[in-house]
Formats: sequence, C-alpha cells, structure tokens
Amino acid sequence: MSDQSHIGHDLAPGEEEQHSVGTRILGYIVGLALALLLTATSFFIAGTDLVWQPSIPVALIVLAIAQMGVHLVFFLHITTGPDNTNNVLALAFGLLVVFLVVGGTVWIMAHLNANMPPMDQIMMRQ
Amino acid sequence: MAMTATVGHAHADPHHIGLVIEHPGPAPKRIVTAYGFWVFLLSDIVMFSCFFAAYAVLSGQTAGGPNGSEIFEQRNVAIETVCLLLSSFTCGMASIAADMRNRFWFYLGMAVTCVLGLIFLAIEFREFADLVARGYGPSRSAFLTAFFSLVGCHGLHVSAGVLWLLTMMAQVFAKGFRADVLRRMMCFALFWHALDIIWVGVFSVVYLLGSGA
Repeated sequence: MSDQSHIGHDLAPGEEEQHSVGTRILGYIVGLALALLLTATSFFIAGTDLVWQPSIPVALIVLAIAQMGVHLVFFLHITTGPDNTNNVLALAFGLLVVFLVVGGTVWIMAHLNANMPPMDQIMMRQ
Repeated sequence: MAMTATVGHAHADPHHIGLVIEHPGPAPKRIVTAYGFWVFLLSDIVMFSCFFAAYAVLSGQTAGGPNGSEIFEQRNVAIETVCLLLSSFTCGMASIAADMRNRFWFYLGMAVTCVLGLIFLAIEFREFADLVARGYGPSRSAFLTAFFSLVGCHGLHVSAGVLWLLTMMAQVFAKGFRADVLRRMMCFALFWHALDIIWVGVFSVVYLLGSGA
C-alpha cells in the first residue's frame, strides 16, 4: 500500500518528486552547466567565421529553444511525467498562442508590401 | 485484500502506468497556488511574445538611425547573461534551503540572487543611459522603440523580481518558514526562472541575431 501515497497527487509547477537534497542540488548544477554551455555556443556561433554564414540565424534560434527546454526541465521542473500533465497542458496552450502571435505577425507583415498597392496609388485615390 | 487491489488496478489502470485515480479529492493548496501562478507566467510570456513580434517586424526600420550591430556590445550582454544564469542557480539553492528550513543558506542564496540581479540591472541601465546620451533614445526610430520596449519590459520584470525577493527575505525573517510564506517563495522561484527563459529569447533574438545583421 506504500505506493498509494502518490495516487491522485499532482506536482505543482516548479515542484519536484521527493528527492534528497544532494539529488536536487545536482539537478540545478547539471541545468546550470548545460545552460552555460548552450549560451557559450550561442555567443561563439554569433561571432565566428568558421561556419556557413546563412546558417547562423537558424543555429541561434535552435540553441535558444534548446536552452529554454533546459531551463524548463532543470529549473522549473516541467517534465513529461503523469503527475505533471496539467502543467504541460497549460504550457502547450501557452506555446500555441506564442507561435500564433509571433509566426502570424512575421508572416503577415513580411508579405504586407507585396499585397498592398504602391503608396502613390493610395495617394491618388484620395 | 491484495486480490481486491489487483482487480482495482486491472480496471482503473488499463495501460499499467502504475497510477490509479479513484477519489483524489481536492488538490492541496500549494498545488493550486503554484498552478495559478504558472498560468499567470504563461500569460506573461504571451505578452512578451507580442513585444518580440513587434521587434521582429520593426528591427529593420531604422529611419536613418543606427542599426543593431552599431549599438550592441556583446561583452556586456555576455556578462548580463552569466549574471542571470547564476542568479537562477542561486535562487534554486535558496528554494532548496527554504524547503529544508535552513535560514542561513536561504538568506545567503537570496542575497547572492539579489546582488546578481542588481548587477544585471546596473549594466542594462548604463547601456540605456549611454544610448539616450548619444541621441539614440526610443524616439529615434521604430527599431529603437521596439528595442527599448522589449528589453525595458524585461528589465522592469527583473526590478519587480528584486523587490519581491527582498520582501521574501523580510517575510522569512519576520514570520519564519510558514506554509503561506513557502508558497510565496515557490511562486517567486517560478517567476525568477521564467524571467531567465525570456532573457534567453532576448539575447538570442535581439543581441546576437541583431549584431550579425
């Protein structure tokens, strides 16, 4: 019956499973090391001539998303465990809105000039 | 008894993931509180995404003024980033200390977090003051308006976080590690880590992508 203590028990965002202090500190150290590594890579990639230049923006965005994932897992403790379902669902909805806002804005604004008549035609109509 | 339990598992847990939820009852208050705060943080991130979208659209509209590569100093940004990353770590140490009811490590972790946050704010303030002094204030071009709004909004969040941090230290000093104080501490840690996530977006999109362009 000892395993029944977890039944119906969700984890709050930021909350971890019951670990010892050493394990918890180790988790933060691993997170910090990964975050510093990804940050250092980003700064290196941004200033280097070693890689194909057009790939740099893509690499920077991928590194940023990876680092956000590291922060979510190691600092905010958002995991894919069954006790974290509510937190992950809220995060998924938040990400959906973020992608709609950013992606939609960039997509529409990038094509705005092509879909509008030139400025002098607008002026002539008035 | 063991027999009944096995039957119960077989019915309520068809995929054998080890979880049987029959009558869980209302969630504990700390879970409800932290979940509500998590939803607030996500809405805050949605708000930041609007500033990011505005910046992405306006980053080329310099109106004859400077563009990103002329005004960004990568060394300062690197120092700011390291400050925030380390402060996220020390904030985590402080929340572990709060769970352990250890006042000394709690105060130490929070104090280091506070100092790192203040260093970040000082560097950012100096950068802004320098830009304004050179005539590159937020009214110079649409690019600079978007830049100051996005980075300044993050800076405002960090300032509010530092104030919140100090009140958390005062609450632990005056009230001790009560359940409500620990719930607030949990929300503060979430807030501080979320700010770090937003900063990852800021330094990647604004400073690194901007100085390459």
